[in-house]
Amino acid sequence: MDLVNLWPLLGIGVVMLGFLLKFNPVLVVLVAGIITGLAALMPIREILAQLGEGFLKTRTLPVILLLPLAVIGLAERHGLKQQAQNFIKNLKGATVGRLLTVYLAARESTAALGLTSLGGHPQMVRPLLAPMAEALAEQRWPSIPERIREKVKAMAAATDNIGLFFGEDIFVAFGAIVLMHTFLRESGIETNPLHIALWGIPTALCAFAIHAYRLRQMDQMLRRLQAQAASVEVNSTTSAASPATKSGDQA
Amino acid sequence: MISLSFLYILVGLILLWTAILTLLNKEQPRRFASASFWGCYALVFLIGDYLPHEVVGLMVVLLALLAGFGALSSAVPKMLAPEQLQQSLTRIGKKIFLPALLIPFITVFGVLVLGLIGNDNWRLLDPKNLTLVSLGLACVVAFIAACWLTRESPAQGGIEAKRLLEAMGWAVLLPQLLATLGLLFNNAGVGQAVAVLTETYLAVDHKLIAVATYAIAMALFTMIMGNAFAAFPVITAGIGIPVLIMQHGANPAVMAAIGMFCGYCGTLMTPMAANFNMVPAALLELKDQHAVIKAQTPTAVILLICNIFLLYFLAF
Repeated sequence: MDLVNLWPLLGIGVVMLGFLLKFNPVLVVLVAGIITGLAALMPIREILAQLGEGFLKTRTLPVILLLPLAVIGLAERHGLKQQAQNFIKNLKGATVGRLLTVYLAARESTAALGLTSLGGHPQMVRPLLAPMAEALAEQRWPSIPERIREKVKAMAAATDNIGLFFGEDIFVAFGAIVLMHTFLRESGIETNPLHIALWGIPTALCAFAIHAYRLRQMDQMLRRLQAQAASVEVNSTTSAASPATKSGDQA
Repeated sequence: MISLSFLYILVGLILLWTAILTLLNKEQPRRFASASFWGCYALVFLIGDYLPHEVVGLMVVLLALLAGFGALSSAVPKMLAPEQLQQSLTRIGKKIFLPALLIPFITVFGVLVLGLIGNDNWRLLDPKNLTLVSLGLACVVAFIAACWLTRESPAQGGIEAKRLLEAMGWAVLLPQLLATLGLLFNNAGVGQAVAVLTETYLAVDHKLIAVATYAIAMALFTMIMGNAFAAFPVITAGIGIPVLIMQHGANPAVMAAIGMFCGYCGTLMTPMAANFNMVPAALLELKDQHAVIKAQTPTAVILLICNIFLLYFLAF
C-alpha cells in the first residue's frame, strides 16, 4: 500500500484555528493555501501557479455576485427598499415568520423544479426580502433594538439558503445528482439518478417543517421580547416617579 | 455564441470602473491601495487568460494581502436628496420592482427558451454554462431597463455598483479564494489523507452508529471544505461504500441522497461556505459576520439528526 502524505492536513488545521481566533478570513485562506502547498512539497513557483490556475477556474463565483449589483444599486437609489416595505406593510396579517415561510415554500419548490435563479442574496434577499422582513418587524415593534433587527435580517438570508439547498437537490438534472451517480458508477455501484432525486424528498420535507417551525418560533420570540421591553419601560417610568417602590423592590 | 468570456469582460469592466472612480475620488481614504485592489481584480477578469498562471498567482497573493490588511475603503455614498427621492417614489412607483424582477425571470427564460436556439454547430448561449450566461444576459437587459426607468446614466449604475462592492469589502474576494483553496487541497492530496484516516480509525460495526458516523462525517468534512461536493467522494469512499453498502447492505441511492443532504447541513454551519454565509452578512451590512450562520445552525443540527434516522429507516 502506498504511504499517503498526511502533512497537507495542516492546511485544514490552519483554517480551523484561523477562523476560531477570528483572524481576517482572507488572510487565513491565503496562509492555509501556502502551508498546504509547502506540506505537499510543492515548490513556491508551483504553489503560485496552482493559486493562479484555481483562481481563474473559479471566476464564475464572483460573476453571480457582481453582475446584478448595478441594477440593484440603481433601483435602491430610486426607492426599491421603501416600495418593498410599503407593499408588505399593507398586506393584512403579514408577520416576519409568515412572510419567510411563504418565501421558503416558494424558494424550495421552484429550486426543486430546477429554477434555482429565482432568488439569491444580491438580487432578492438584500433588495427585497430582508427589507420586507425588517419592515414587518418594525411595524409591530417600532422601537425594535438593533440586535433583534439584525437577527431578523440574518434569518431572511438563512431562509433563502435553506430553501435553495434542500430544493435543488431533488431536481434530477442538478449537478449534485450527476456527481453522486458518476461517483458511485466509478466505484462499481449502479444507481438510477431518478431514485437519488426521489430519496431526497423526505429530507426536503423535514427541512421545510423544521425551518417553518423555527420561523413561527421567531414570531413568538419577537412578541415576547416586545412585551418584556414594554413592561420594563413601564416599570422604569413608574419607579422613576416613585423612588419608594424601587427601594422596596430591592429589599 | 455568448459564452463565459462575455461575462468575464462585463465583470472586469465593472471592477475597472470601480478602480477608476476610486482613484479619482480625492476624498476617499486609502484611495491608491483600494484602487490597486479593484484594478488588479479587474485585470484577472480581463486578461487573466493570457497571463502565465504564476503571474495570476502573484496577483492573487497581492489581492488577498490588500483585502486582508484593510486596504479597502468606501466613499461616502451620495444618496438622492429627500425631495428627489420623493419625486422618484411617486413617478416610478411600484414599477421600480421591474428591473429587480427581470433578473430572475429573464434568467429562467434564457435557460428554458433561448438555450434551445441554434443547431449542432452553433448555439446562441453556451450550453455548458447555460444558467450563468442567461444570468449575465438578464443582468444586461435589467440594467438597460433600470437606466431607462430611473432616467440615470449607465455611469451612475457603475457608481451604485461601486457603493455595493465597497459595502461588502473583503467578503467579495472570499468565495473565490476558498474555492481556489479547495482545488489546492485536492492537488495536495488532502482528500486522500482524510480518506486514509477515516478508513483506519472509523471501522464501525453497529448499524445505527455506522449511519450516524457517515452522516456526521459528511457534515463535518463539508464544514472543513466549505462544500458538500468536495466531501461526498471522500467520505463515501471512506465510510459509505465499505461500511454502509458492503457491510450492512444499504441502498446506494438512499445513502447518496441523504448523505449529500447531511453535507448541506454542514454547509449551513461553516464560514468556509462564504458565498452563502459570509457574503450575505456583508451584503446586509450586519455587524456580526457570523449572524447568518447563527440563524441557520439550529435548523441544520435538527435536520442532521432527522437525516440520521431517515437514513437508518429508509436505507435498509
